[in-house]
Amino acid sequence: MLGKTANGLFWMYRLLERAENTARLIETGERIALTRLGSTEDEWRSVLQTASSLEAFEQNYDEVSRENAVDWLLRSKDNPSSVLSCILGARQNARMVRTALTGEVWEAMNGTYMASKEMLARKVRERDLPNVLGRIRQRTGLVRGATHGTMLRNDIYDFARIGTFLERADNTARIIDVKYYVLLPSVSSVGSAVDNVQWETILRSVSARGGFRMTYGSSIDPRDIAQFLVLDRRMPRSLAFCTRKIRANLGYLVSDYGYRAPAFTKVVHLESAYLSYDIDAVFDYGLHEYIQKTLGLLYDIGRQIEIDYRFYE
Amino acid sequence: MTETAIFDEMWGKDGQLRQPYQAFNDWFGGENPKDLRAKQQEAEELFRLTGITFNVYGRSEAEERLIPFDIIPRIISGREWQKLSKGIEQRVRAINAFLYDIYHGQEIVKAGRIPEEMISKNEAFLPQMIGVKPPGGIYTHIVGIDLVRTGPDEFYVLEDNGRTPSGVSYMLENRETMLQMFPELFSQNRVQPVETYPTDLLKSLSACAPACAEGKPTVAVMTPGIFNSAYFEHSFLADQMGIELVEGHDMMVVDGRLCMRTTQGYKPIDVIYRRIDDDFLDPLNFNPDSALGVPGIMDVYRAGNLTIANAPGTGICDDKAIYSYMPDIVEFYTGEKALLENVPTWRCADPDSLAYVLDNLKELVVKEVHGSGGYGMLIGQTATKKELNEFRKKLEARPGNYIAQPTLSLSTVPIFSRAGLTPRHVDLRPFVLCSPNGVQITPGGLTRVALKKGSLVVNSSQGGGTKDTWVLED
Repeated sequence: MLGKTANGLFWMYRLLERAENTARLIETGERIALTRLGSTEDEWRSVLQTASSLEAFEQNYDEVSRENAVDWLLRSKDNPSSVLSCILGARQNARMVRTALTGEVWEAMNGTYMASKEMLARKVRERDLPNVLGRIRQRTGLVRGATHGTMLRNDIYDFARIGTFLERADNTARIIDVKYYVLLPSVSSVGSAVDNVQWETILRSVSARGGFRMTYGSSIDPRDIAQFLVLDRRMPRSLAFCTRKIRANLGYLVSDYGYRAPAFTKVVHLESAYLSYDIDAVFDYGLHEYIQKTLGLLYDIGRQIEIDYRFYE
Repeated sequence: MTETAIFDEMWGKDGQLRQPYQAFNDWFGGENPKDLRAKQQEAEELFRLTGITFNVYGRSEAEERLIPFDIIPRIISGREWQKLSKGIEQRVRAINAFLYDIYHGQEIVKAGRIPEEMISKNEAFLPQMIGVKPPGGIYTHIVGIDLVRTGPDEFYVLEDNGRTPSGVSYMLENRETMLQMFPELFSQNRVQPVETYPTDLLKSLSACAPACAEGKPTVAVMTPGIFNSAYFEHSFLADQMGIELVEGHDMMVVDGRLCMRTTQGYKPIDVIYRRIDDDFLDPLNFNPDSALGVPGIMDVYRAGNLTIANAPGTGICDDKAIYSYMPDIVEFYTGEKALLENVPTWRCADPDSLAYVLDNLKELVVKEVHGSGGYGMLIGQTATKKELNEFRKKLEARPGNYIAQPTLSLSTVPIFSRAGLTPRHVDLRPFVLCSPNGVQITPGGLTRVALKKGSLVVNSSQGGGTKDTWVLED
């Protein structure tokens, strides 16, 4: 496979995952806004921060309002991580690597692009927002489903999966971090009794309320939630789950190519040094510091993959 | 020429249904126009979803557009096709021999059949190719011959595309779409398949591999990139052949071989099907500003370690001034009279011809010698006074830059319009593959159709559409 193709696959799936995550974030922000009385500026600010685009947002808008935040996250061309920008980018990458995709995957991707472009051609009315967000999630899910159901399990598939899970791990880490850091009254109250609504919100943004309830029952305990989102290997958006997937797919590349890439060593290190303890150890380390460290390691792994598999040179 | 003189491929000149269209006409008579309109829309959605588009330059974000597709097939009988194929094969063999000759002994010039400056002063002539013998002796691996028809047995060659003919993906996708929408038509008519084209192309290219190729040759398609107007076709062909689609920056010359950068390191390429022009191939040997090519690729080629398809310097046979010599070229190299006719052509470089052209501008089509895509041409009959005057000035200023031809009364084939079947002018581009194993012509080709009433311009860049082209088994 060409290095360029590996790069295109990696980014196609990364951007697709990012589009879906941003749609989830908007949904969460909207949910908070609707179930809260009074100003929701802080919540939208934290949503923007989770999407790491607060700074860019502030360069474009004078005030944080629901309307501005939603438009920025959903369809702004100035925001490279807006849902629309991500889908345009994913489709551009898909065009570049079309020879690597099955017809079904390409058509699902192209259909997602056409539908999103139409849905997001103009500002989305508040009344239409739930429907639009739902359709975006469905459409991106369709591409993933077509990928799963039709593609050969070779290196093409590996790069697609690595892109998906690196992005997802990154997103989950950010969600945990920002919620903890921004929403909590002070860092010292980590692990103590906190507002249940905030915790529900975190679970909701990763579609994990049902799964959490199945595992822990209906009482909401922050420690359990952290355990669930960081370390639970059954939860498809947890850090441990995503990292394990990355390790598996990098592992297939290692055995297929007969070359133990440094990126593989790095992901094994992340897994064994950071994702094999229990949650008390994480709290002792400091959740924020722990998440920052993890984000840094994920970034390193991404960079190393580019080098190991000659994405650019 | 009057309206009544136009030959319709379905209805002839006199409104009598022609034989190849019989089964189709029976089917059509039983169809509800409303359902067919829905089918027409369905086809469009299919094309959009599969992304069969071309990029339009000079528009915002290199907008992607669909080439309009018409659901009424153009039908050619097996007998007609056989005759055509013979003519095409003869012509392509002659073109190949001509290319070898002008880069070697130039016998045709010595024999006085073509003036020396026609070659040496031609922009498409590449001095770097003098004395180079391409692997397998093939220059034009893929050729598209543009044909027009004026009567039951009258076919004319309008243009030879020996450089990088495009449109074959539309031939294949048009067929795919028809098969999906009207399967019953294919049970009722015995239509010769075109689907084997990608496999044939790969076989044909592989057969031209250089001597250094070990085992199964590595073939790749080279594209200028995602913003090129024909990018869809490039990726389509690579996909169908199951080979890599590469850009200049994916490749490098390593140890005298052209290599592509893979996830596992650099891997040699034996045959490259390039879809970029000569000028952009190699910044070391040609245009130094181009970032599309690979530095040093020409040196690998000249050393015999790579096949470039089509060979650099082939473009000279697309030149419209050379075209006017084609009957001589065919005769010179094959010893036979050309089976396919040329459209009579005045070379404006010749003062007598120029005088004639200037006097009869209103009756003629004037084309730029190096032009393509329907740009920079004048259709005298439909031109305004102002356009005629402007062209007159251009002709007087640079006569050598132009040729002129009479307006042919191009055949029509019905399209499906609001009013039912309506005749529109068409041309035909069959696709030809050449290798040391022989010349192979896919039964069918790309039929381009003018969508405006009376228009003779069928180019997609000028708003033309396409049709599925059937060659029947007799």
